[in-house]
Amino acid sequence: MRKELGILTLLAVLCILVAALNPQFLSSANIQNTSRLIGTYGIFSIGVGIVIITGGIDLSVGSMFALLGVLLSLMLTQWHWPPLFAVAVVLALGSFLGGIHGFLITRLGLQPFLVTLCGLLLYRGLARYIASDAVQGFGAGAGFEWLRDFTTGSVGRVPMPFILMIAVAAIMWVVLHRSVYGRYLFAVGQNEEAARYSGINSRRVIASAYIISGFLAAAAAILLAFYTNSVAPSSHGSFYELYAIAAAVLGGCSLRGGEGSILGIVAGTALLQVLRNLVNLLDIPSSLDFAVMGAVILIGVIADQVLRSKR
Amino acid sequence: MLEMSGISKRFPGVTALDSVQFSVGRGEVVALVGENGAGKSTLMKILAGIYMPDAGTIHLDGKPVSIHSPRDSARFGIGTIHQELEVIDTLDVAANVFLGREPVWGGPLRLVDRRKIHTESREVLARVGLSVSPDLLLRDLSTAQKQLVEIARALSQDVRLLIMDEPTSSLTLSETERLIQVVTDLRSNGVSVVYISHRLHEIERLADRVVVLRDGRNAGELRRAEIAHNRMVQLMVGRDLKTFYADNSSTHGAVRMELRRLRTGRYPAHTVSLSIEAGEILGVAGLIGAGRSELAEAVFGVDRLRGGEILLDGVVVDIRSPGDAIERGIYLVPEDRRHSGLLTGMSVRENVTLPSLSRFSSAGWIRRADESASAQLSCAELKIKTASVETKAGTLSGGNQQKIVLAKWLSLKPRVILFDEPTRGIDVGAKAEIYQLMRRLASEGVAILMISSDMEEILGNSDRVAVMHEGRLTGVLQRSECTEEAVMRLAVA
Repeated sequence: MRKELGILTLLAVLCILVAALNPQFLSSANIQNTSRLIGTYGIFSIGVGIVIITGGIDLSVGSMFALLGVLLSLMLTQWHWPPLFAVAVVLALGSFLGGIHGFLITRLGLQPFLVTLCGLLLYRGLARYIASDAVQGFGAGAGFEWLRDFTTGSVGRVPMPFILMIAVAAIMWVVLHRSVYGRYLFAVGQNEEAARYSGINSRRVIASAYIISGFLAAAAAILLAFYTNSVAPSSHGSFYELYAIAAAVLGGCSLRGGEGSILGIVAGTALLQVLRNLVNLLDIPSSLDFAVMGAVILIGVIADQVLRSKR
Repeated sequence: MLEMSGISKRFPGVTALDSVQFSVGRGEVVALVGENGAGKSTLMKILAGIYMPDAGTIHLDGKPVSIHSPRDSARFGIGTIHQELEVIDTLDVAANVFLGREPVWGGPLRLVDRRKIHTESREVLARVGLSVSPDLLLRDLSTAQKQLVEIARALSQDVRLLIMDEPTSSLTLSETERLIQVVTDLRSNGVSVVYISHRLHEIERLADRVVVLRDGRNAGELRRAEIAHNRMVQLMVGRDLKTFYADNSSTHGAVRMELRRLRTGRYPAHTVSLSIEAGEILGVAGLIGAGRSELAEAVFGVDRLRGGEILLDGVVVDIRSPGDAIERGIYLVPEDRRHSGLLTGMSVRENVTLPSLSRFSSAGWIRRADESASAQLSCAELKIKTASVETKAGTLSGGNQQKIVLAKWLSLKPRVILFDEPTRGIDVGAKAEIYQLMRRLASEGVAILMISSDMEEILGNSDRVAVMHEGRLTGVLQRSECTEEAVMRLAVA
């Protein structure tokens, strides 16, 4: 809990700071937009976080957004598939790609970094090829209005992606922190050999983490596609895997595996989005966006390391 | 040439060496023998500069020296071939021979003088009779060839004293012959050799003198004419052959587990057949590398069997994974506790309940209260000393960690428990508790297979002792036949 408390405190301090410097931060439009982004990013960060807890890494999610976004646009606007069916196909495809990653990693013994790096390159290339490198849009949304309204809408004043993220987080919290399967996820991340010697089918557990990550990436891909309302295959979602990894690490996941929590990952996601928001609101040149994030993460990690070695 | 006297070395809780005398003459091959843990390696690590002795003096050519680091050791002309070879598989032969002291050219650029290391390694390779190109990568060589590369490296540093720790433990017969030839050549060139080995017949052929250590003390010395297999065994075992057994008339049941012609990956050419009765503690003795752990891991499903079958209560069982073994009540307490037994970063509770979580869960949901209660019960039952069940397992003492590994299995229904070095690195008190526990489990009808390199542990706890040597079962001793000498004779057979 120490790490989660640390990051939540940092988040609170940052919010107060930004609000003091620019009251605009607390305007309902800004809060809504920020929470919409936190929702979308949170969903796939949870997936990547779970992979990190098993001691792996998933670099492919950003490219998956491009590939699945392009396909979703084609399914809905060109092929006129029923929206529900298209959503199901996208979710299935994301899970399937995750399953392939899991298979290559656990059965062929390839390194997670390499497998998902190849995924990153492969899916990006496929997305650009399928879309002939042209931006794919959703037009007027004829025939799938309800889907667009659902993903971009709000309940009361709470944006749908945020609500979905809370639901995903709640479910994954139970899975990770209260279920037998969640215990096994931590165990294989801690020490795969000892887990195996305790009778855990470690390969199946690890492979399943990649399937979860693929599934949640697909869900986020749908939200993201409708949020941007157009998918530029060469840039859509690029670098997003790094947001997820940064959120997980900020939230207390160890890249060595075996450590982390859902609360931490969500708090890490929120922190990153507030930072981006801060860059906007405080009139920092937006070109410094990444630099601010990099600096804050670095300071956080250094502080954690110093505190740890002091104990 | 080398004279060590009064060497003592203490580690927390153990005296590894107690005023040991050891000397080597010029061009002499001295064999250093003793049981596992007798202090051979510690003594040699002092020479290699890895440990500093707590007391004692070292003289080289009559001058007192102190060896503070491996670098000092090399400077004095002492080279060591460790049991685990220290070569870099991805570099070529020449690079390995000159690793860490590459000749350079090009002034400030410090480029490696590749031509020089190639011609010079060719010369030194010839001296050890290894005819491979210096361009070959180490990973393409056999273990024996890698060993010769290490010897070549030592020779290229003008070594006067070469320490070889179990050099033949992973060599085939013909490779061993070759190595013996190399050692003989070194001797005739005036190089002194300290040869540590469990293979007594090699020592009979090779050594000019044998120094025997036992429990960290000098146990005796044999001159060339006196060197004989039996004399060495006697000196190694040495202490009064008191009977350790409390007259424990445990009645055994039917055969619980039978291993029929099992073959393991490490020694696929040999088969092992054994049976264990319910209520029996079968000790498995042998030297390091005898294939005992591999046997246990094969039975537990960690490694695939290469052949043979396992019968449990008379029925052939198919075990392909630890999960299969656990389901049938066969459990392993592994040799390397921190690596394969324990999740050191997780709590005692999470460790203890890991294999039995299904008992504390409904529909995949863990009932935290039940889990906690069960973990607390296990801790109380096994007297695990921990502040709470939420303490991280890795922070506890070795004895308590081992009890946690045991506790994982005891809440299930054990039929067979395989113990691999159950008390390694554990203090005396916890040792006794673990022995009592084994006996209690046996009296409850569990069949226990206990692998141990600790002779007292084997003799003190076993109802029968199976002895292995290099993948083969060399004998099974009934309790009445068990003496240290009898076990040791089979272990070095």
